[in-house]
Amino acid sequence: MPLASAFGPNSISLHSQATSFHEAVTFAVGNLIADQAVTPDYLVDVIANLESLGPYFVVAPGIAIAHAKPSEFVLRNAWALAKFDQGVRSGSHNDPVQLVFAFCATDSSSHLELLAEFANWMATPGLVNSLQNASAESVIRNLL
Amino acid sequence: MKIYAVCGAGIGTSVLLKSNADRVLQDLGIEAEVQAVSIEQALEDQSPAQIVLATEELVGKLAGIRSEVVPVRNIFDLQELTEKLQASLG
Repeated sequence: MPLASAFGPNSISLHSQATSFHEAVTFAVGNLIADQAVTPDYLVDVIANLESLGPYFVVAPGIAIAHAKPSEFVLRNAWALAKFDQGVRSGSHNDPVQLVFAFCATDSSSHLELLAEFANWMATPGLVNSLQNASAESVIRNLL
Repeated sequence: MKIYAVCGAGIGTSVLLKSNADRVLQDLGIEAEVQAVSIEQALEDQSPAQIVLATEELVGKLAGIRSEVVPVRNIFDLQELTEKLQASLG
């Protein structure tokens, strides 16, 4: 399944801790860097987005998707997830944020299928609850 | 009819929003073209969109445009999207 394989070996962190949303986003994008899906410059773009547009990528209650435009800093299409048990405040209506996904795409067309699949996956009834309650990486891998 | 799904870059959140809006419109039997766009595109004077779907954080930046702006709280909640699109189009 493409979505499952887009989550690399270092892409999922549980029981993460952050004192700010900025730090939480940095953590999730750090997983993409660890999987060599992006270079560290991608994080600079993501943080610039966060600072200029506000926490707009908090897309649903408790869920954020950190991302920036395709660029030379993206090496392959990939997803990552950092889960914050205590939740993090972003200043959004959807606080506290527990699930911080990070996403990167090499170009603006090839990743559409992957994103559509992600949207379908997230719209599955009960899925968000299962993700929020997951206490082991294997549980999340199985949900993929 | 044209509907824009908006996010900062036009390639991440907006694509997720488009994907679920397409699904809801199909279920409602409404024919409309949903396009994922950047916020700059939604702000253009010549924007052909009748409706602009945007997460609540971006709504303030869209004030004053010609299109009807529909704030979406949870882009993964098909029920919410159904209700809001029905209210705008029904």
